Parts: sequence; structure tokens; C-alpha cells
Amino acid sequence: MSNVLNLTSVDKSFGGLKVIDDVSFNVEEGSRTALIGPNGAGKTTIFNLLSGIYEADNGSISLDGNDITNIAARKRINMGMSRSFQNIRLMPHLSTIENVMLGQNHLANSTKENFFPLGLVKRNKWAILAEKALIDCGLESYPGQVVSELPYGVQKRIEVVRALVSNPKLLLLDEPAAGLNSNETKELQTLLEKVSNSGTTLLVVEHDMNFVRNLCQHVVVLNFGRKIFEGTPNAVAKDPQVLEAYLGGEEKNAP
Amino acid sequence: MTGIIIILCLNIIIAYSVFLPAAAGQLNLGAAGFMIIGAYMDAYLSSADEGLGLPILLTIPVAALFTGLIGFLMSFPILRTRGVYMILATFAFAEIVAGIVLNMEVVGGASGFPVTTHMELDVLLPVTILVILFGFYLISTRFGLSMRSIHDDENVSLLFGVNTHLVKVGAFTIGAFLGGLAGALYGHQFDYIEVQNWGILFSIYVLLYVLIGGTQTPWGPLVGAMFFTFIPEILRSIGDATGIELLTELRFAAFGVIIVGMMVLRPEGIMTRTFLELLFREQPSKSGPRMVNKNV
Repeated sequence: MSNVLNLTSVDKSFGGLKVIDDVSFNVEEGSRTALIGPNGAGKTTIFNLLSGIYEADNGSISLDGNDITNIAARKRINMGMSRSFQNIRLMPHLSTIENVMLGQNHLANSTKENFFPLGLVKRNKWAILAEKALIDCGLESYPGQVVSELPYGVQKRIEVVRALVSNPKLLLLDEPAAGLNSNETKELQTLLEKVSNSGTTLLVVEHDMNFVRNLCQHVVVLNFGRKIFEGTPNAVAKDPQVLEAYLGGEEKNAP
Repeated sequence: MTGIIIILCLNIIIAYSVFLPAAAGQLNLGAAGFMIIGAYMDAYLSSADEGLGLPILLTIPVAALFTGLIGFLMSFPILRTRGVYMILATFAFAEIVAGIVLNMEVVGGASGFPVTTHMELDVLLPVTILVILFGFYLISTRFGLSMRSIHDDENVSLLFGVNTHLVKVGAFTIGAFLGGLAGALYGHQFDYIEVQNWGILFSIYVLLYVLIGGTQTPWGPLVGAMFFTFIPEILRSIGDATGIELLTELRFAAFGVIIVGMMVLRPEGIMTRTFLELLFREQPSKSGPRMVNKNV
């Protein structure tokens, strides 16, 4: 199987602090890969490097065979990558459907589309597409509501829908299950499985190991900016380096 | 009554000129500057005595477009600033414009400039209605959606492919265009323009129309301009009718209290999304199944 994403020896420093140190890994097309690690391991930094918020100091990132290391953040969504955020970053003053329509932005990039009165002609094709995406994800009850009033779990799922309507090949999800109760986590998992079965590759940062075990076939573990393990979810729990990263080294710390 | 309608129309146009950038997250305290440019440009082109004597059907659009061009050029330095610094930058811009015009002998300097072509409400009113419709239209487009997205979160808008710089420059330029339009129309109503009309207080008032009205929906500047135009007049007529002189004389103090009260009670403006939903929302029992039926 071919890879959707390749990271090759990526480095990133902030001042003198090396937060990403020579990280390489691949994400297979159609796979569900998890990126885990203790707090401060550099998971979100990797996401910010992928989406172009930060520039890598060294190394290269390629998406679907194209080198995107030096592509502007704004243009990366055109190449088939979109993301959700660790803290919800929906537009609080926009309605659910408007937030989802923002996700369609790069598909509607002509002057004609930009000046079509979406809000006045209610049954336009973009609104219909956005409503359909919401219905597919079980969110049909809230199209016109301003998102800041909606429950946290619903907002989390709207973020996923917003990223999805841009038709990405690779969907980056930064702690999608954080703060969700067990019901909401289950709903999210069902949604992500559906997304994955339709052919979208998932790369997920997550702390909830149950969620990771249930969803992902492949796990990459980071600690202090270095990759310390790559393999199946079951093998992760047995790896001595991973155990040391999470629980502390037994022998070294022993008196 | 006609007098107050004229002031209301001009206030509405200038309110939209500040609202459109504000909807994209830009706080603009330069309304006076754009109004001065539009007013003087139009007066010079149209005045029969001291100007070029061109027809107003030509001079008003030209003055507005010229102000838009100035706005476009100014947007590059001004949009490098944010928040309170943008307020200062736009304020400085307005002061510079006032300073330059005050020292331009060709348009009369400090003594003002006469406008020879008088206009009644028959031009101003339709133009005002067009501006309101334009505001509603622009906010409803994807360009408007991009503006509002930038207002909420510029970085995320960028990641979703919004050309944030272009949209911000666009919003600022359109605002400048409308400001110039308001200035050009002003001259033909009052037949005389002078820079002293448009000081810092004017710019503050216009920004208040927009912030008190609300920046989330295109209803905001309309309601804000009406609020600011009518409340002082209403206070005065109540004062006159009841004989409470305090209300007549101190109506601006009373007005100030009302403004502070609005800021406490409705910090996001009078017309918020949630308030409009309350006004116009259909019953949930009706809208729920209707939505699903249409898509099954």
C-alpha cells in the first residue's frame, strides 16, 4: 500500500529547545494511525508542522507524493489535508451550517462562488451539501444554531464535519475524544469508523488508550520530541521504552 | 422631520462603512477621514463657482471610488496593526486627512467649501436603501462568511483556505468606499462642508453606532444608527412635553447613561445572532421534521 504522508527526519526548535528531533514516520493510505505520547512530547507540534502553522527547520514532509514542506498553510487544504483542533476552534458567532460551509471554502474558490448570496438563497448547493454532511454524522438537529450555545460533544463532532466537507485524503484529528463522556466517545468512534471506511486516512492524536485501541491499527509514540516506538496498539503496552516514558524507569529510579 | 431623516440616512451609510470592516474584526476609528475625502473630492468636482462644475451623477461615484482607492492603499499599513492599535492607526489616518485638507487653499482650507448643487431626499433615500441591501447581500455571500470567520479566528480561516489578507483588504476598501459615498452625499444636503464637522468625536460616534448595534449581523449598523439618531430626539421631545427641563438640557448626559447601560446589558450589541433567532425562529417542532423531510 502506498503512503499518504511521509515525514523524513523532521526537526523543529523553538529558541534553543529542540521540540521535534529527527522524527520520521509514514502513514499508509486508508489506515487509521494514532500519534501518542506523554504531555509535551511534541504531538501537537507535529500537527502544526503538518498543517503549516510552523515551518520545519530540517527534513521534509510529503503528502500523497508531493513535497509540502514549503507550501503555505493556506494552500495545504487544496492538497488534501484538513484538521480539527485540540481546543475547539469553531467560529463561535457562526451557525453550525456556516461553520461547515467554511470547510467547503477551497472547493468554492471562484469570484462567482465568493459573491453568491449563500445566506439569502437558502436552498443552494453548498447549504444542501453541508446539511447532508451534518445529517450523515447525526447532527441534523442544529443547522441554524450559533455554535457557542451547543454542547461540547456536539461542537467536537461539528469540528470533524467541518474538516470532512473539504474532502481530505488525510484527516488530522487533535485529541478528538478529549472531554467527551463515554457515550459521546462511542458516537465519535462510530463516526470516525464510517469516515475511515469511506476511504479517508486518519491520523489521530489521543490520550484515551481505549479509544486508540478500538479505532487504530497503527501507533506512533513520541517522547521529548523523538519517536520511541512504532507498531500495533497491542505491542505498545509491552514496549519497555514506552512504559518508561509513561510510568518512569523502574531501575533508574529505584533507590 | 425631513431634517432628521436626512441625518439618519447619512448616519446609516457611514455606519455600514464602519460595520463591514468591523464584521471582519477591524476596529475603525477613521470614519471622519473617509468622509472628509469623499466630501471634498465631490465638492471640488461638482461646485460651479470654485470647482469644476461636473454633474453630480458623475462626481458622487467618482468621489466614492477615489476614497475607496485611498482606503485600499491605506489598508496595507493599517492592517498590519490589530485591536486597539488599529483604532490608533485609523484615528491617526483621519487626523492626517483633516490636517492636509485644512491646509489646502484650493478647497478653502479652514473656512470650508461651498457645494452648489443641492439635493433632496429623492437621491439620498434610495442610495441609503441600496447601501443597506448591499450590506445584507455582502454578509450573506461566501466573501461575507470569510469576513466573519476572520473576525472569529483568523488562523483557522487561513487553514481552511481563506485568503485572509485579500478578504481583510477587501472589507477595509469597501468600508472606505461607503465612507466616501456618505461624505459626497453630505455636501449636497447641507450645501457647505468644513473639516471641523468631522473630528474625533464623529468617528467615535460612528464606531459606537456599530458596536452598540452589533457587529454580528447586518441589522447592527441599521439599528445602531437609528438608536443614536432617534434617542436624543426622543429624550428632547419627552423633556419638552413633560416640561422637565433637565431632560431637555441634559439629554446627552441621559444618553450617555443609556449607552453605558447598553454596554453592560448587551456587550455584543443590540442585534446579536441569538436575539435574531429569538425574533425569527420557527418553532422547533416545526423546523426539525421539515429539515429531515427535505433531505430524505
